Amino acid sequence: MNASAYNFAYLDEQTKRMIRRAILKAIAIPGYQVPFASREMPMPYGWGTGGVQVTAAILGPDDVLKVIDQGSDDTTNAISIRKFFAKTAGVATTTSTEDATVIQTRHRIPEAPLHAGQVLVYQVPIPEPLRFLEPRETETRRMHALGEYGLMHVKLYEDIARFGHIATSYAYPVKVNARYVMDPSPTPKFDNPKMDDCPALQLFGAGREKRIYAIPPHTTVVSLDFEDHPFTRYRFDAPCALCGADDTYLDEIVRDDQGSRMFVCSDTDYCEGRQAAGHRGTESAAPHKERAHG
Amino acid sequence: MVTVAELPAGFADKVLSAQSTFRSVMDAMARPGSVQRICAVAGAPGPMMRGTAAIALTLFDHDTPVWLDAAVSSTPDVAKWLKFHTSAPVVTDPSTSSFAVIGDTQHMPPLDRFALGSSEYPDRSTTLILQVDSLSAGPACELTGPGINGTAVLQATCPGSLFEQLAANATHFPRGIDVVLVHDDAIVAIPRTTRLAAYGA
Repeated sequence: MNASAYNFAYLDEQTKRMIRRAILKAIAIPGYQVPFASREMPMPYGWGTGGVQVTAAILGPDDVLKVIDQGSDDTTNAISIRKFFAKTAGVATTTSTEDATVIQTRHRIPEAPLHAGQVLVYQVPIPEPLRFLEPRETETRRMHALGEYGLMHVKLYEDIARFGHIATSYAYPVKVNARYVMDPSPTPKFDNPKMDDCPALQLFGAGREKRIYAIPPHTTVVSLDFEDHPFTRYRFDAPCALCGADDTYLDEIVRDDQGSRMFVCSDTDYCEGRQAAGHRGTESAAPHKERAHG
Repeated sequence: MVTVAELPAGFADKVLSAQSTFRSVMDAMARPGSVQRICAVAGAPGPMMRGTAAIALTLFDHDTPVWLDAAVSSTPDVAKWLKFHTSAPVVTDPSTSSFAVIGDTQHMPPLDRFALGSSEYPDRSTTLILQVDSLSAGPACELTGPGINGTAVLQATCPGSLFEQLAANATHFPRGIDVVLVHDDAIVAIPRTTRLAAYGA
């Protein structure tokens, strides 16, 4: 592919203007889903076409881009999107949360705290939190207009009636700036509290559903709950097997067909940083052993 | 009469200038009250400040009807320049405009003459671009709301009635008007979520 045959960051300028206008309105109306004329991208829906379009519209030559897929910098989706922008925009890329200015994510918020000046871009499959409760767009649009969110509370209540607790564990609905109920994309609910009063700007792009929405920095984001069933974070009750962290979101890794498993940090950059700082978990190879395998 | 050859130039580098200008506007909108700089260089016709011109080149196109106030449209230069560089239609009814460029904040129409959007589509609203004489002098206002860590202070040479009208945005939400104040190359945004109070009150 001859990358220089493409415009900077792939998209044409008219498309960028349209997306940029949508982003500005999204920031002005936190949590409201702004319709936009989503383009066909050189990757299938479900691979982050919405996030890629938002990133392409904001990215500049001085930006440092990080892309994560479920916390990992090293999976196919993350690597291909990082390479896409390295090729079409020539931007620097990184795996370090601290060094990145733009972070595109498929569903996780990094463990390391974000800071002002960073933009977190979420890839969103279904932007409408009420869609599985009410399939008609005309109706969900009216429910948002009226702030009529009783149906969502009924859904959470039915969780309690059936399971004894709110069993929704990802795409857990939040209320932004005390007005719009928003789908935080399928992030594990463990990450929901990080959205509240976050110093970084958070942008959400849904390519197939053609919606962009945003949470400005320092905005209140409240996970919906009940007084007698307050929102709780969820994580496996184990330390990370590689770095020993006991406060991070963990992936469960099945190791054989005998049922043995291990838990490791989902955020690979954070886990590697801790290991580099000398933290060890139960499954960490001793350094000399790793060298022997070298 | 101004011919096309005499029109002030647009961006020298359309792609990267538009990107850096957009990031300034995005940062301004995401952090109301903060002063952002527009670094991109572009020509600007007569009554237009260079910040306004850069925003126009970045965000206006054939999809965005633009309304100009009397101060900006006193000569046909601005309309011609906009048409040549952005293809944006210039409209006479402010309630149909996506953007409004206002050079004289003393005599601007009341905010409810512009598009506020609907409850279903609050994004279909006018973004006002107000040129002011200063963003470091004039009446001060205390800002709170999304994007602001605690409170921020805004100083701008705007008529007090404008601040009062912007405070009324609170009662319309999610409908409302978003404002970008421009002085030369400095910009400050006041999105509809920002609450204004007299400073020190």
